[in-house]
Amino acid sequence: MKSGSNLERLLEKGEFVVTGELGPPKGPDVDVVKKKAAMLKGNVDAVNITDNQTAIVRMSSIATAKILIEEGLEPNMQMVARDRNRIAMMSDLFGASAFGIKNMLCLSGDHQSFGNHPEAKNVFDIDSIQMIYMVKTMRDDHKMICGEEIEGDFKMFIGAASNPFADPFQYRVHRLAKKVEAGVDFIQTQCIYDMKRFKEFMKQVVDMGLHEKCKILAGVTPLKSVGMARYMAANVSGIIIPEEIIDRLKGAGKGNVATEGIKILCEQMQELKETEGIAGIHLMAIEWEHKVAEIMEKVGFLPRPTI
Amino acid sequence: MITADRKPFEEIKESVKDYKKIMVLGCETCVAICQAGGEKEAEILASELRLAFGNEGNKVEVNDELVVRQCDDEFMADPAFLEKVKEADVILSIACGVGVQHACKFFNRVITDKPIRVIPGLNTTFMGANIDVGLWEERCLGCGDCVLEKTGGICPIARCAKSLLNGPCGGSSDGKCEINKELDCAWNLIIERLEVLGDLERIKPVEMYKDWRSSYSGGPRKRVREDLRL
Ligand code: SF4
Ligand code: SF4
Repeated sequence: MKSGSNLERLLEKGEFVVTGELGPPKGPDVDVVKKKAAMLKGNVDAVNITDNQTAIVRMSSIATAKILIEEGLEPNMQMVARDRNRIAMMSDLFGASAFGIKNMLCLSGDHQSFGNHPEAKNVFDIDSIQMIYMVKTMRDDHKMICGEEIEGDFKMFIGAASNPFADPFQYRVHRLAKKVEAGVDFIQTQCIYDMKRFKEFMKQVVDMGLHEKCKILAGVTPLKSVGMARYMAANVSGIIIPEEIIDRLKGAGKGNVATEGIKILCEQMQELKETEGIAGIHLMAIEWEHKVAEIMEKVGFLPRPTI
Repeated sequence: MITADRKPFEEIKESVKDYKKIMVLGCETCVAICQAGGEKEAEILASELRLAFGNEGNKVEVNDELVVRQCDDEFMADPAFLEKVKEADVILSIACGVGVQHACKFFNRVITDKPIRVIPGLNTTFMGANIDVGLWEERCLGCGDCVLEKTGGICPIARCAKSLLNGPCGGSSDGKCEINKELDCAWNLIIERLEVLGDLERIKPVEMYKDWRSSYSGGPRKRVREDLRL
């Protein structure tokens, strides 16, 4: 076992896992975290805690993850390369491990120009692929980057992201291969709407045997409205939403768009479950945590397996 | 070359308002080529200042001078020129930040009977190239350990918004960077270039952590050539 986390053990057992996502509050309001946690508890196998996503300042992912553990959920702590150099990363990882955090996601991070402090200086000392390698070295060789021994046992199940919808398309699979080479244990993908392109990508993944070297969780996000779909397609780089999905939402008519969005999502989740190489789903229902139970029920993924 | 932009006029005017004798000092190298601090720009700035102060009834003498390079002693040693420097209350240098500092240090070394005040009239921006008429782009951050050989001659440190060594990130879209649709994604350019060269294999292994000691992170840098110092 790499960290013995619930997520790792379920994946090892061959269960089809589902991870959720929780965005921390813009302040120290613990109740916000607890409320969202309660909605996710029992409905997903682990919960991603975003790290100042889109460069908007929020409660730290490490502190939020600790609260989740206290609430009886398993966190998957995200860490971005934007705000920390290698010194701060390793230090925070020791702290995270001491708090019982067993899963993490290594990310480059959205550029600070997107956030609420665009005046900030960024760090980008090491990139997400080097971060994977760093965490793996810490775990498997008990060493820091400099080669010094780590005091105590450092365990972590190492995740990273992959975006099959970014460009250049033909290179995306090679970047995933680099993450595998660096030592990643699991991958969560960017939100999938363009199933055709995703399947093309997965074919390359399977041909290269990457799905056997790391577990791949397919990312999905419910579309709440036509406006949201259009906004995401136009403004979130690396997201492609085919017109036919937007047409379906439009066709649902007033008052039914959200329901149609959930219907589309459930179909996607089913289809992804049948797709070769996919070991689970990463369900990003951001600010829609209260719908997660309903979605999981509808798609027939409840109750969640236990070890 | 080093590029720069002139500071807003009001800021410049505010910075020299307490002086009666102002020398606008242009520099004939990088900043002249990027049309921010050369001969013509020095003349224009001097006349704008004369006009602005004149309209306010403020009697100020503004002259303009030019040297080949303010980052080099050799071009500033002319005694007649130094006499003019000494007479001025302030030197408004429109060289890059290097020139401003070097001119200040040089003047105060050779002119010992009076402290010389040198202030900047430009905002120095980057090390870049003139891409097209009226267009300059950043190309190098002087990291001290060049990786261009591996990346098809396109710098991931200066030209990728996240200085990724194993790019492109998930924000690369249609060849553009996630932070700005006007900006080429450096990693997209690198991949395109390596494909043409048949060298794509080069970026397949993981590129390890960069040692930033050779860059600014290692503290302000000094270059010593012992052989030349003997
Ligand atoms: S790798 Fe370093 S030295 Fe080479 S172009 Fe980029 S910043 Fe300059
Ligand atoms: S989009 Fe390209 S240039 Fe921009 S941060 Fe990502 S890899 Fe770097």
